[in-house]
Amino acid sequence: MKLEILGTGCAKCKALENVVKEAVAKVGGFHQVVKVEDIMEIMKYNVVSTPALVIDGVVKSTGKLLNVQEVIDLMNG
Amino acid sequence: MFDWWENIVDTLVYETWGMSSDTALGSAVHFFIYDTIKIFILLVSIIFLISLLRTYFNTEKVRVYLQGKSEFTGNILAALFGIITPFCSCSAIPLFLGFMQARIPVGITFSFLISAPLNNEIAIAMLFGLFGWEITLLYISFGLLVAILGGYFIGIIPNIQKYILIPITPMEGELEDIKIKLTLIQRINEAKDYTIDIFKKIYLYVIIGIGIGAFIHGYIPADFIAKYAGGDAWYTVPLAVLMGIPMYSNTAGVMPLVEVLTSKGMLLGSALAFMMAVTALSLPEAMILKRILHTKLIAIFFTIVGFGILLVGYVFNMIL
Repeated sequence: MKLEILGTGCAKCKALENVVKEAVAKVGGFHQVVKVEDIMEIMKYNVVSTPALVIDGVVKSTGKLLNVQEVIDLMNG
Repeated sequence: MFDWWENIVDTLVYETWGMSSDTALGSAVHFFIYDTIKIFILLVSIIFLISLLRTYFNTEKVRVYLQGKSEFTGNILAALFGIITPFCSCSAIPLFLGFMQARIPVGITFSFLISAPLNNEIAIAMLFGLFGWEITLLYISFGLLVAILGGYFIGIIPNIQKYILIPITPMEGELEDIKIKLTLIQRINEAKDYTIDIFKKIYLYVIIGIGIGAFIHGYIPADFIAKYAGGDAWYTVPLAVLMGIPMYSNTAGVMPLVEVLTSKGMLLGSALAFMMAVTALSLPEAMILKRILHTKLIAIFFTIVGFGILLVGYVFNMIL
């Protein structure tokens, strides 16, 4: 799975990156975690509130800091 | 609504602790205990309700809805959305650029950018708890008016595009809504987490604010306040606005003070102008927007909003 965290560098964006890494470690297996900080790249996902989480190219959450369980649920769902 | 709680505090302070309601100490202690708990209960319930409602509106939806709307109608809608959409000044850049990408006029984007922080959940909850629903409604309506007209006037500035530092190519066609499905339980949990998060951030400010307020309430005579903060001299409103600007992010601590000052004779227009300046004229937000907007446009933005708030202040001081 490819998990992208979209965020321009605000505190919540960094926090979400850590949450995602933790979730990936819990789930196990091979997953790619990418932080997208370039605003032009973020725009391409039609996201206007950060942080956002994109899994395999699909926007799953915008404008909020998820917790580890929520990220795991999104990975499974 | 809170009579039961007032009775408990009456018994505790005046009977159990034996303080007299006529002394400064007794009345300050009573005020502090009564107000802190009352505000906490209201804060938690209102923030929870607003954040639950907000799980149904994200900024992406607002953008889809606003695209293609004409000026003025768009300004009104954008200002209204500002009340119910979650907004953090750290999102100001993607929001601004994303709106431009959807060909939403700059003026309409500004109506949203003015309304969202002005009508934030903390300000609404504190106002409701301290001043009651009438003043809250007045604050929201005049806040909307400032946002609608402010955005409208920014929108009619000729060649406004040249003040935007990052060129954005408007996208072709219509935007699709991003579909994110949530169950009611998920929404409730989200609202609960958010409420706890906000509460942790502001409770100390509330206590300090009410603490200072209680001191003023008990120890500082009304004519002193009326003389220095309450006068109807022409400069009280601009002074209130200027003092409000650096108070950003301290809405929770500032509001209890304003309530005490008002009850001791500060004019309500000056008080409203002060509170609007605290929420709407935010320096951190200006610093963030500076990365994509020319300083001149930010200065115009602050001037127009500041002027609108001044007007609200003067009008209220005259009619109330």
